[in-house]
Amino acid sequence: MEAVADHLPSGSNPKNRLPLAAAMGIHVFFICYSLLCIIPLLLIMMVSFSNEEDVLREGYKFIPAHFDLTAYRFLFEDFNQIARSYGISMFVTVVGTLLSLIIMALFAYPISRNDFPHAKFFTFFVFFTMLFSGGLVPWYLVYVQMLGLKDTIVALILPLLISAFFVLIIRTFFQTTIPAAVLESAKIDGAGELRIFFQIVLPLSLPVLATVALFQTLTYWNDWFLSLVFISGDENVSIQYLMYKTMQNISYLANNSTAAAAINAAGGHVTFPSETVRMAMVTVGIGPIIFAYPFFQKYFIKGLTVGAVKG
Amino acid sequence: MAYDMSNAVIKTKNIRQSRVLRFALLSTIQKYWMFYIMMLPGMLLLLLNNYIPMFGILIAFKNINYTDGILGSPWVGLNNFEYLFKTSDAWIITRNTLLYNSFFIVLNLLFPLAFAIMLNEMKNRFLAKFHQTVMFLPYFLSMVVISYLVFGFLSDEHGYMNSTVLPALGMEPLQWYFTKEVWPYILPIVNTWKGMGYFMVIYMAAIIGIDDEYYEAATIDGASKWQQMISITIPLIMPVITIMTLLQIGRIFNADFGLFFQVPRESGVLFPVTNVIDTYVYRTFLTVGDIGLSSAAGLLQSVVGFSLVFFSNWIVRRLNRENALF
Repeated sequence: MEAVADHLPSGSNPKNRLPLAAAMGIHVFFICYSLLCIIPLLLIMMVSFSNEEDVLREGYKFIPAHFDLTAYRFLFEDFNQIARSYGISMFVTVVGTLLSLIIMALFAYPISRNDFPHAKFFTFFVFFTMLFSGGLVPWYLVYVQMLGLKDTIVALILPLLISAFFVLIIRTFFQTTIPAAVLESAKIDGAGELRIFFQIVLPLSLPVLATVALFQTLTYWNDWFLSLVFISGDENVSIQYLMYKTMQNISYLANNSTAAAAINAAGGHVTFPSETVRMAMVTVGIGPIIFAYPFFQKYFIKGLTVGAVKG
Repeated sequence: MAYDMSNAVIKTKNIRQSRVLRFALLSTIQKYWMFYIMMLPGMLLLLLNNYIPMFGILIAFKNINYTDGILGSPWVGLNNFEYLFKTSDAWIITRNTLLYNSFFIVLNLLFPLAFAIMLNEMKNRFLAKFHQTVMFLPYFLSMVVISYLVFGFLSDEHGYMNSTVLPALGMEPLQWYFTKEVWPYILPIVNTWKGMGYFMVIYMAAIIGIDDEYYEAATIDGASKWQQMISITIPLIMPVITIMTLLQIGRIFNADFGLFFQVPRESGVLFPVTNVIDTYVYRTFLTVGDIGLSSAAGLLQSVVGFSLVFFSNWIVRRLNRENALF
């Protein structure tokens, strides 16, 4: 399915058009609403480019009284924390997305095969996890007590690796798009199941794999919940969790940065511009999403209309 | 003797049958052994992440202490539940979860549907696409970022509302994060704003699927745009509306943890209007450390949620088998 807005809108008959005033009204309305979607981001960005003293005196403004890059200078002086957090977020996102894609596709293929007698059982096995969950407490105890994964980067990847919903989406795609005859002929030619999967099924399924990969990338990049639950030290702080910690305690950055330490060592004549630095950090943190999202949303929309999932 | 004979016959029959079954299972495994290996990583993950925690619901009936371990801790029956219902929290978190989610369901229907119908009337395809893209932006932001965006406006000291908007209106600054009354409005606004792009796209896809001939015929009969909307658009996308709503009703007991945890910045004053089951379970477990109370609340949520999913799916099945989840 093409991106939704590409389609010719209804009422292509010129007689069935809105009166000009109403059409203009809709234009104005949507311009206002679109602005409403951007303005909050703009405010944060503008604060990050402001002078700390202006902000402390006059509050957050859309137009900075003095354009000032001090916040970014502090941020990059304290490159370690930001770079580390960025690295962790990247690592978790890339490794998590790739692993989850392979694991989910490997699970989806057998249950997509009608000739596999246990397909029904394993479909139910994955589907049931969408219906019932044991809740936070036992789930946490499994990861912390049983596996001992507290404060590890593995704890940020493992819990999101498999999602029943995506497994069923991939399965439905395999069932509906890959002709059984192709698999049959490959088998007659003597290809094993694993080879069929990697050389025939996967290349034919790129659209659904791309969609799931995008969803998973977004899930991993935006995740802060796993950090909140599992991470207590300063070692594996992802960019989202760093933003959360700074929101909770504005002095988190000031206390944990080499820049602030240098200020203190110099006798504390310069104060750490916490307000603007924290907004600069959010701006840097949002960056990748802003650049990736026009591309993302195109595939997202395709993914949303990819078809019904049935158990 | 004859009785023994017939018994023996049945016995051998049973043995033969089970042998046949075992043979079938073996031959299946022999034929499809690679499939089991392929599914192994996923199986292990589902076991760890979903199935073992399901047995963990037993914790709700125990008085866990770390010296005895989970299995060794004494059973306490329904004590945890009794204790839960004696606190005023039980009522507050249930009420908040249900009221907010009901409100969200209504808003997530009305606004995105109205927006989709309007955007569909926009004849400039480039502009329509532009707006759709921009409106999808909030959906891609994490709740941490959303909490910053809200904070930019509502911060007590420097927020845009207190520093610019309210003074311009001649009003006193408001301590937003300490004023309970405003949050039942702020949270639904944030939620609708964030989900707008997502729900609008779903409704737009449905509207675009409507055959243009309906509108042609209606135009010839002289139907106004409003009449077309009431009599063509909405009835024809009713299946999508129903499914979307029922899917959300199935999850009405599960609050959006991020929204209620991040956006009010854990301000304790606001708990009476921002604490939901999910945040309560998190806080009693990981902040307070009360395993019994939090697992009791969690179990209640799981069980009620489970029945709600079944109930809403049952309704979907009756309306349209195709769209049922199972």
